Amino acid sequence: MTTAAEPKSIVEKERKMGIALEIRNLQAWYGESYILQDMNITVNQGEVVTLLGRNGSGRTTTLRAIMGLTGARKGSIRIGGVESINLPTYKIAHLGVGYCPEERAIFSSLTTEENLLLPPSVSKTDKGMSVKEIYDMFPNLAERKASQGTRLSGGEQQMLAVARILRTGAKLLLLDEISEGLAPVIVQALSRMIVTLKAKGYTIVMVEQNFRFAAPLADRFYVVEHGQVVETFAASELDSKMPVLSELLGV
Amino acid sequence: MEIFGIPWPLMLSQLLLGLVNGSFYAMMSLGLAVIFGLLNIINFAHGALFMMGAFFAWMGLNYFGINYWAALIIVPIVVGVFGILIERSMLRWLYKLDHLYGLLLTFGITLLLEGVFRSFYGVSGQPYQVPALLSGATDVGSLMLPNYRAWVVVASLTVCFATWFVIERTKIGSYLRAGTENPKMVEAFGINVPLMVTLTYGFGVALAAFAGVLAAPIMQVSSLMGSNLIIVVFAVVVIGGMGSIMGSILTGLGLGVIEGFTRVFYPELSATVVFILMGVVLLIRPAGLFGKEK
Ligand SMILES: Nc1ncnc2c1ncn2[C@@H]1O[C@H](COP(=O)(O)OP(=O)(O)OP(=O)(O)O)[C@@H](O)[C@H]1O
Ligand SMILES: [Mg+2]
Repeated sequence: MTTAAEPKSIVEKERKMGIALEIRNLQAWYGESYILQDMNITVNQGEVVTLLGRNGSGRTTTLRAIMGLTGARKGSIRIGGVESINLPTYKIAHLGVGYCPEERAIFSSLTTEENLLLPPSVSKTDKGMSVKEIYDMFPNLAERKASQGTRLSGGEQQMLAVARILRTGAKLLLLDEISEGLAPVIVQALSRMIVTLKAKGYTIVMVEQNFRFAAPLADRFYVVEHGQVVETFAASELDSKMPVLSELLGV
Repeated sequence: MEIFGIPWPLMLSQLLLGLVNGSFYAMMSLGLAVIFGLLNIINFAHGALFMMGAFFAWMGLNYFGINYWAALIIVPIVVGVFGILIERSMLRWLYKLDHLYGLLLTFGITLLLEGVFRSFYGVSGQPYQVPALLSGATDVGSLMLPNYRAWVVVASLTVCFATWFVIERTKIGSYLRAGTENPKMVEAFGINVPLMVTLTYGFGVALAAFAGVLAAPIMQVSSLMGSNLIIVVFAVVVIGGMGSIMGSILTGLGLGVIEGFTRVFYPELSATVVFILMGVVLLIRPAGLFGKEK
């Protein structure tokens, strides 16, 4: 239904080329504030890409703009080849996108399990992970499934926020600072999870402050500043880019 | 048998009357709470839509021969669709604005609706026969229980608790609860929130119309019946707070009963007791008995 207006050939072509997400000349506003000035990002299928940048550089806004959660947007965002810039948010999700927001957005009027089961399936072909697989991966959630969602600890809420988009069949995951404020053990568990997901063919766009968490996981990096990409490089170039990075990020 | 010098049958009959009124308060404040939760709109038109429900039942019977039982199903659907048109054409543009805009618009809609019905039917009430099946009264020992009033209580409570069940215990309800908290995030999961909003308004309005049909045989069907009710219902909502579904139901019922007993013990106060309680609650718990403090 959402692809009706799309020229079939382009969709097919980008699918074949294996591009999961293609952002071209994206501009986005919050009310009057002009936040994303000219974003250009390409993510191939099965890639893990990390957006780096200082606080307030516009990384969260980039993810929100992909989901249609900012104010006005201009430019082009193709997801699996389908242009989504004019789609309403709920249709964007059905292009196979799972979004884990920075603020976690666990619902207090829902139990842990209801939170987990809330997002509907967004793919006709992909089933996503089963509830059992998720509980195996995050035993804390299984233990506390009847608790009110917001009664979980910060770390447990973070797990829940990630876990709930894994059972929807979404193949493009947008993860905003999932390691923030978590104990090292849990951060390690999340790392392993990313590795597993990558092996399963998921495409992941991560926003990370925690450089040591992101560095070993990502295939490619984008550095964002003032709503623009100022630097991009592959994981193999990481060492040679360290001086530039420390200047840009202060890491 | 007497309690505090009041004969038992009188007490019981006032209790029943209180429960009947309380049922209407419960259905109306429940609809208001559901609508406010998801749409952020204080639906002042709720009373007028209640009146419309009663009038449509009356018109259906007198012009088209649609009986009470059919009206109980058809009228809420028709008025609900009317609500959906209001939401699609007008309310939808106000969600991002202050509550005041929604209140003003729905107040305008109220004046419009009442004006239309007043210009056709005046302000005097039209009678509506109690359906044959429920006429008369049942002897329950110390009291003759009017069948229709008992039915009103049973029917409204069934509808109220069914609504509570759907919202608090089902998957669809979890969408509604989550949407009330954070609609944007729910939409980001792929749920068609705009549609959900429209249907929720339609449902809340249908609930008011259902109450209107139930009320037709008890109250006089008149263009002002909604305004009289909505004033008390707003006080009920202030007392209960907007936060909880069960809260609206219990507060509505409870206040109906309190009103009934006041009529027994101190009749002069019965019309104002709800407002006095509202003042007290505002002083002690401004968010209402079941409301969440910000
Ligand atoms: N709702 C909003 N309304 C107006 N301006 C906003 C809003 N949200 C973010 N901004 C502004 O947009 C800019 C980018 O913010 P964004 O949240 O994208 O940064 P970020 O790169 O994710 O940083 P952080 O590390 O702090 O999460 C900031 O200058 C911020 O002040
Ligand atoms: Mg951020």
